[in-house]
Amino acid sequence: MAQGHSAVEKNLGLLIVLTLVACSLGGLAEIVPLMFQKETTTPIEGLKPLGALELEGRDVYIREGCNVCHSQMIRPFRAETERYGHYSVAGESVYEHPFLWGSKRTGPDLARVGGKYSDDWHRVHLNNPRDVVPESNMPGFPWLAENVLDGEDTGAKMKALRVVGVPYTDEDIAGAQAVVAGKTELDAVVAYLQQLGTALGRGTVAPAPATAAN
Amino acid sequence: MTTFWSFWVIAIVTINLVGCAWLIWWTAKPIDNEPASGESMGHAFDGIEEYNNPMPRWWLGLFWGTLVFSVIYLIMYPGYGNWKGLLGWTQVGQWEAEVKATEERIAPIFAKYAAMPVEAVAQDAEAREIGKRLFLNNCAVCHGSNAHGARGFPNLTDSDWLYGGTPEAIKETITNGRVAAMPAWGAVLGEDGVNEVAHYVKSLSVAQIKADKPELVAAGEAKFQQNCVMCHGADAKGNFAFGAPNLADEIWLYGGDIPTIKETLNGGRQGVMPAQKNLLSPEKIHLLTAYVYGLSHSK
Repeated sequence: MAQGHSAVEKNLGLLIVLTLVACSLGGLAEIVPLMFQKETTTPIEGLKPLGALELEGRDVYIREGCNVCHSQMIRPFRAETERYGHYSVAGESVYEHPFLWGSKRTGPDLARVGGKYSDDWHRVHLNNPRDVVPESNMPGFPWLAENVLDGEDTGAKMKALRVVGVPYTDEDIAGAQAVVAGKTELDAVVAYLQQLGTALGRGTVAPAPATAAN
Repeated sequence: MTTFWSFWVIAIVTINLVGCAWLIWWTAKPIDNEPASGESMGHAFDGIEEYNNPMPRWWLGLFWGTLVFSVIYLIMYPGYGNWKGLLGWTQVGQWEAEVKATEERIAPIFAKYAAMPVEAVAQDAEAREIGKRLFLNNCAVCHGSNAHGARGFPNLTDSDWLYGGTPEAIKETITNGRVAAMPAWGAVLGEDGVNEVAHYVKSLSVAQIKADKPELVAAGEAKFQQNCVMCHGADAKGNFAFGAPNLADEIWLYGGDIPTIKETLNGGRQGVMPAQKNLLSPEKIHLLTAYVYGLSHSK
């Protein structure tokens, strides 16, 4: 036994197995229990799965890499809740696959941007941000207004999300294409942005769950 | 956390800490027949030999130090299963304390201004500084950091108002928001009708148009009197009640060239000022009202 560590050093297979055991301890203690906690697996009251158009908007949001510069995670610090509203809670992200929390903010956090600005503002701003915010360094996305969605895959996307636990009904899935078809990508992104964080509300004044937004 | 998961975490954390301590003790233990300290272990590669030296003291000290630290940390802070920690620290608790401390500090300042009329607050230098910060954080995204606005988003520094520039009107606009409802007239007026009305509207601020195209303007005026006066008034000076802009001046929200006026007539406009009552406290809205009021009423 006293020579044990030289046995580990000279046996590659054993070294790999023991390294994996050592590395997995942190995940087993910190990550695995979260998958079974009520706080992280129960949706907050009033949380609804994204509608068909919003879901397409979310996919455009991911495609354009919006989440690379915009986080969706308000941390429980006064400076953040003052600016963005109630801190994010786990129950808001139950239907997010994958989540878009992020940790890098080049632009502001968008976790509760829903209802903060008008639809018109989002349209002008997404087309060319400098039309409304001259200081902005966000790129423009003029093609969003030109690309028209056909909604052919929307139902299939919802079906896939249902497999991982998002409670879409058969009617939702059947009606998805009709909702999306003919709308532009800009319509979809704006619809997605305008619902962000509204289930809990921004509630800057009195941060309390169940504060209705707008 | 359920009891099962609490024990799960406790077991893994304990195994980890004890395991690390055991590992450092075990590997430091002398083994049978090992060369004396400082002697060669007997293998060499490329002229480099391994010596039987003890692990550096400072390194060992750090190792034991981190183990001791983690035990103390787990006693003081939450982390060891359901154990809450002696300090009773929580993330939300820290946030609440932070918010409360700031509230206590700034509440008297806001209360002082809340008790003053908007016109007086607008003349107060400190209040204007606070108002400016609130404006930059909450309003500048649409109205611009200099409050000059942008296409579709009104300039707040002039004396031209859509819903009125009194303190009461400004406060109402900020608190409950506004939704403009300029209907689309394209289908009603037809292509020619839109063209006529656009020329008439333009002639209200540019007299030359009337001299250049008298028939077009006259036809437009008739249609304007029929369809537009309900909101914009017979003199086209607008109406605060509907947020209908004054069309007789040279200030344009969406643009005052003929093609843009036609675009407005054809498609309508639905400018939205989002309500701030769920986002800002009444005291902050009061200060913002004073700041916006002061932009066009500063001495």
